[in-house]
Amino acid sequence: MSTPAEFYQRDRLWHPPAYAKDYKTSVTRSPQYALISLQNSASEITGPTFGHRDIDPIDNDLISNYAAPGQSPIGERIIVHGRVLDENARPVPNTLVEVWQANAGGRYRHKKDTYLAPIDPNFGGCGRTLTDENGYYYFRTVKPGAYPWRNWVNDWRPAHIHVSVFGSGFAQRLITQMYFEGDPLIETCPIVNTIPDKAAIGQLVAALDRNATIPLDTIAYKFDIVLRGRRSTLFENRLEGN
Amino acid sequence: MTQKLNYLKESPSQTAGPYVHIGLAPGAAGFDIYREELGWDIAGPNAKGEPIRVEGIVIDGTGSPIKDVLLEAWQANSAGVYPHPEHPGEVEEGFRGWGRVITDFATGEWGFDTVKPGPVMGRNGRMMAPHINLWIVARGINVGLNTRLYFEDETEANAADPVLNLIEWERRRATLIAKRSERDGQTVYRFDLKIQGEDETVFFDI
Repeated sequence: MSTPAEFYQRDRLWHPPAYAKDYKTSVTRSPQYALISLQNSASEITGPTFGHRDIDPIDNDLISNYAAPGQSPIGERIIVHGRVLDENARPVPNTLVEVWQANAGGRYRHKKDTYLAPIDPNFGGCGRTLTDENGYYYFRTVKPGAYPWRNWVNDWRPAHIHVSVFGSGFAQRLITQMYFEGDPLIETCPIVNTIPDKAAIGQLVAALDRNATIPLDTIAYKFDIVLRGRRSTLFENRLEGN
Repeated sequence: MTQKLNYLKESPSQTAGPYVHIGLAPGAAGFDIYREELGWDIAGPNAKGEPIRVEGIVIDGTGSPIKDVLLEAWQANSAGVYPHPEHPGEVEEGFRGWGRVITDFATGEWGFDTVKPGPVMGRNGRMMAPHINLWIVARGINVGLNTRLYFEDETEANAADPVLNLIEWERRRATLIAKRSERDGQTVYRFDLKIQGEDETVFFDI
C-alpha cells in the first residue's frame, strides 16, 4: 500500500465559474461566498469502488439496453470510446462511467421533458460501464439530436452526451458533457460558454474517429476524459502525520 | 525555452442538467432499465453503529427549494474507516459508504438511511469529528458543490475538528451542523443546504 497523497488542486479558472450570467439558471444557484480551500484528508482521497457485480455487460449498449427484441432505436448508430486518464496521463482503471442523453430527435425519456419531438419506444437513453485496466471504455448508442431549451428565447443545445465519472477518490468526482466535432451549435451555447477558455471547451468535443468505425455499420467518436492527477509522495507530504 | 511539463488538464465540468435522473436514477425519470440502480444502500445489512436518517432540502438564492438536485454521500463506518483500499482498517461486508439520492420533484425534500460515521483521522494526526461528505449537482450548478455534514450532538469533537476550525467566520460553521431529533423511535438529522444568500452553506474546494 502506497502512502496516501493528495490530488492536484483543481484549476478553477479552467472550469466554469459557479455564476455564469448567460446561463440563467446559474444566477440563483451559485454560492456567493468563496469556497473554503481544503487540503485533502482521507475523506477526499478515498471514494467509492465499483465492480462487475454492480452492473451488467449490456448496460453499455444503448442501442439494445431498452429496445424490444429484434428492434433498435431510430438514429445514427455511433460508438463513443476513449480512455479515462489522470493529469499525469496515467490510466484510471476500473472506474464507473455513466452516460445519459436525448434520443435522435432531441427528446429525453424523462417525465419532466415535454419537447414535441417523440419518445423513441426502443431507446432509454442511459448507460454505464467500468473502465478496463488501461482506463479504456466504450459505449454504443445513437447520436443525440439538438433540442431547444428555455434560456434566451431561441437557444438550442448542441448534440451532447452527459458523462459522470468517479475516479479513485471523492475529490475526482466529475460530471461533464461530450459534444460532437463539427456541430455549429457548440459555439453559441450558453452552457458550453460557461467555460471561459476555448482550449478547455475543445477538450469536451469528441473527434470523429474513422479508425474505430465499423465499416457499413457504426461510426465512431473518440472521447478521452481527464480526472485530477495525484501528487507523488515526496518527503513530508503525508496525510497521516507521524 | 524551458522543458515542457506535459501534464494533462482536467476535463472541465458541465452542469448535470435537469435530466440527471435518466443517467443516475432512471427510476425517478420514469422508467426501469437496470437490474439494480446504484447508491440506495449506503451502510448495508451488517453495519454496526447507530442507525440514523438524514434529511433536508436545498434552497436557492430566492429562498425556494431546488427540486432537481442529485446528492451523493461518502462516509466512513462507525469505526471511522472508509471502504477503500488506501484507508487502513476493516469495514463490515456490504458497507459501501456511498449513496445517491434525489430530491422529491414536488417538495424538494431528500433523505437517506445510514449509520452514524465514527471520527476519522485527519491530516497531521488531528482527529476529524464524525462527518458525511456531500456532493451536490443540479441544473444551474456548473461544478459539483462539495460540503460536509457534521452532527449536532458531537459538540466536543466538532469544536476540535480541523476542518470546521478552518472556517474563519464562526457563525458560518453552524451551516454544517445537522440538527438531531427523534421521530417514531428513529434518530433523524436535519441538514438544510442554502446554495446562495443569507446563511449560505459553507462549500469546500477540495
